[in-house]
Amino acid sequence: MAQIQLRELRHSYVDQPAADSDWALKRLTIDWADGGAYALLGPSGCGKTTLLNVISGLLRPTGGQILFDGRDVTDASPEQRNIAQVFQFPVIYDTMTVYDNLAFPLRNRGVDAREVDRRVREVAEMLELDDMLRHRAAGLTADGKQKISLGRGLARSDVNVIMFDEPLTVIDPHLKWVLRSKLKELHQRIRVTMIYVTHDQTEALTFADQVVVMNDGEIVQTGTPVELFERPNHTFVGHFIGSPGMNVLPCEIADGRAAFGGLSVESVNAGAWRGDGGRLELGVRPEFVSFAPAGADDGIPVRVVKALDAGRHRIVETEHAGHKIKMLVPEGEAIPSDTAHVRFAPERTWVYRDGWLVTGEGAAR
Amino acid sequence: MRTRYWVPTLYIVFLLLPIYWLLNMSFKTTNEILGGFSLWPHEFTLENYRVIFTDATWYNGYIASIEYVALNTVLSVAAALPAAYAFSRYRFLGDKHLFFWLLTNRMAPPAVFALPFYQLYSAVGLFDTPFAVALAHTLFNIPLAVWILEGFMSGVPKELDETAYVDGYSFWGFFLRIFIPTIAAGIGVACFFCFMFSWVELLLAKTLTAVDAKPIAALMTKTASTSGYQLGLLAAAGSLTLIPGAVVIYFVRNYIAKGFALGRV
Amino acid sequence: MNKTVNQRAWWFVLPVVLLVAFNAVIPLMTVVNYSVQESFGSNMFFWSGVRWFEEVLRSERFHASLLRQLAFTAAILAIEVPLGLAIALAMPRRGPWVSVCLVLMALPLLIPWNVVGAMWNIMALPTIGLLSEVLHGLGFDYNYTREPAAAWFTVILMDVWHWTSLVVLLCYAGLVSIPDAYYQAAKIDGARAWAVFRYIQLPKLRYVLTIAILLRFMDSFMIYTEVVVLTGGGPGTATTFLSIDLVKTALGQFDLGPAAAMSLVYFLIILLMSWLFYTLMMRNQSR
Repeated sequence: MAQIQLRELRHSYVDQPAADSDWALKRLTIDWADGGAYALLGPSGCGKTTLLNVISGLLRPTGGQILFDGRDVTDASPEQRNIAQVFQFPVIYDTMTVYDNLAFPLRNRGVDAREVDRRVREVAEMLELDDMLRHRAAGLTADGKQKISLGRGLARSDVNVIMFDEPLTVIDPHLKWVLRSKLKELHQRIRVTMIYVTHDQTEALTFADQVVVMNDGEIVQTGTPVELFERPNHTFVGHFIGSPGMNVLPCEIADGRAAFGGLSVESVNAGAWRGDGGRLELGVRPEFVSFAPAGADDGIPVRVVKALDAGRHRIVETEHAGHKIKMLVPEGEAIPSDTAHVRFAPERTWVYRDGWLVTGEGAAR
Repeated sequence: MRTRYWVPTLYIVFLLLPIYWLLNMSFKTTNEILGGFSLWPHEFTLENYRVIFTDATWYNGYIASIEYVALNTVLSVAAALPAAYAFSRYRFLGDKHLFFWLLTNRMAPPAVFALPFYQLYSAVGLFDTPFAVALAHTLFNIPLAVWILEGFMSGVPKELDETAYVDGYSFWGFFLRIFIPTIAAGIGVACFFCFMFSWVELLLAKTLTAVDAKPIAALMTKTASTSGYQLGLLAAAGSLTLIPGAVVIYFVRNYIAKGFALGRV
Repeated sequence: MNKTVNQRAWWFVLPVVLLVAFNAVIPLMTVVNYSVQESFGSNMFFWSGVRWFEEVLRSERFHASLLRQLAFTAAILAIEVPLGLAIALAMPRRGPWVSVCLVLMALPLLIPWNVVGAMWNIMALPTIGLLSEVLHGLGFDYNYTREPAAAWFTVILMDVWHWTSLVVLLCYAGLVSIPDAYYQAAKIDGARAWAVFRYIQLPKLRYVLTIAILLRFMDSFMIYTEVVVLTGGGPGTATTFLSIDLVKTALGQFDLGPAAAMSLVYFLIILLMSWLFYTLMMRNQSR
């Protein structure tokens, strides 16, 4: 187990990086607590696999430091860092049995045979592979093979961190949740730092205690799933998390109040804006947009465009001043057919400047 | 350079040595060659090449070779295309046995066929024409082409065919205008291997030709025996045979790894 | 692929069948025909049944050339396969030099076989050949036209020079198709280079190695032109392998029967051994 600290980490795959776009990782500084379950969430190409490989030592970063429990490991090899990594597709040694696969990293470290046997059996029991130990590894199904990959990492009792690079990609959909729960259960049991990379928010939000959202080589926000949902630091986080994502609407601020489409809207942090220009936007999640009762005329006048039935609720798309506003309407509630007024919940409406949440004095919390 | 890169480097030097030696000889006069051992031509001469380029019997040899190799490649690949398609898309009576039978022809020693071919092609009046060699080589090249093409075609999902029919293409319209461009790389690989085998094979090429269609390779052996070892000339003729091969490799250099990757040689 | 049953597919394979049958069936029928008959003068044939086959199979000359062939093929496989594999392993897996290397390595494969023979003939010439001069310089009494050992050495060296690249190219293609993740996992597991070879690379190369071995086996068993141009089968019969012996038999004799019988036996040997090789290697794979 180890606490992992990244300091000013940056990486470029290009020899002489010039433009911003040459950098795969742009100045990351973050602490990963010992024993935490983290999800690294972001779209393809955002740099999460690069970050993973930097932490594991498979990639040497162009600049910055990596510390394990305060020790600088930037120059250490993966073996020296004592990490485990599970890849997108199962990586196993085909010619060996399941037992030998799990024993391999231990034997390479010179662990004696009795201890090897003990650890292998322990790990196999944790992963429910114990009746497969004598089978050839190549004969297992995809999820079985991924378990072996995981098992090789768990076999070393002193492993510092286990990293997962979209490990459920090749798993059958109906087995995905089985494996996901197993991972969560494992984490509760052994409390190893786990970093789980994915582009699937469901996976991230169900597995992790803390989610790190990345975009374009930067860490955009770190927080619990609830925090990310209720208070997105960046419009990207708002978009990416939640289905459908947050509504992002252009706005203006005058006298400490936001205005959208000519109408004044109450928000949490409009008052914190320092009047220093930038692109101003209003963000509110569809969950926090509601119809004003019939007859009421406060709120924003909208035209109802369409409604989609999504099971337990309906996703209604409305429009005002040329901008779409999506909202979630619970089952049973009536949907006005033509025009209506909608309200934004004031404690869940945020103002963003150039994509980032406006913070500081005057922002209500 | 990493230490392990010495291995391929030394290997390539080893490969280039005899080629260099051949070129070395080709630029020497026979006198100099027989006179002693030297690592490079002290009396550089282009005489050997001049002879080849001006003497009809020589350069006709090259033309004859290129003729039958080109004929064979076109014939083999053209015949193999529909057949490979059939093997890839359909099951029919005897298909596995047919495929296997085709492959066994690749295992046939040319020596076994030398005399029978001589008789056969004489009987049909094709002896001493480029067609004889072109046809004879299809025995080995067609199975190869079918195997290679079938591999590439199986990588194209049947949905493509079905979509085309839905869009209103006739079979041949689809085959020629959609399917073939899709497997262009496979056709390239097949052509490469057909060219390669036909260009290098000599026994049958010699057996089936006499004067008119004699390939360059056969001419060289003639030179060695009759005029008593005109080594420089021989070396020049040999050097020139390296060129078509080098050109072809250069053109397919990006696909070499891919073509071999199918393991379908 | 889900193949549909369609008997009309036979029309598609017809051109191929016709061409190959023309070249394969007719000549083979001729050969079979000759092999079971005895001829006395032109066009007088008598049925002789298995006589020629018996003669061939008992012939000491045939045994000798078969043994020589087996020895040659064994030597070839023992050298070219490990060597080719080693070179492929040592090559860079990406970068600008890769295509340069591959192109240069492929060069010997596209040289007409008699030119290959001629090249080595020239190299081995006493006094003026590079090979013979180097060997003499190293203290060897090298003369390939007189010493069988020297002839074997030269023939084997020539074949290694000629065909190892095929093994290299096949193995290299197999190697580059191994995903990086395997090497990464091995690094994380602390595996040494030998373990990486034994547990990752070699298993993944099974298929291409099988093809390489099969091809080299078949082609070395059929070798003719290069050896004929280099040594003519000599000195004496020292390098007379099966194909060379067959052609000598066919040309040298009046009656084509023995040559025909030998042809069939030869072909059958190759088919049998190829089948054996193939089954053995495939069985190994699925074990």
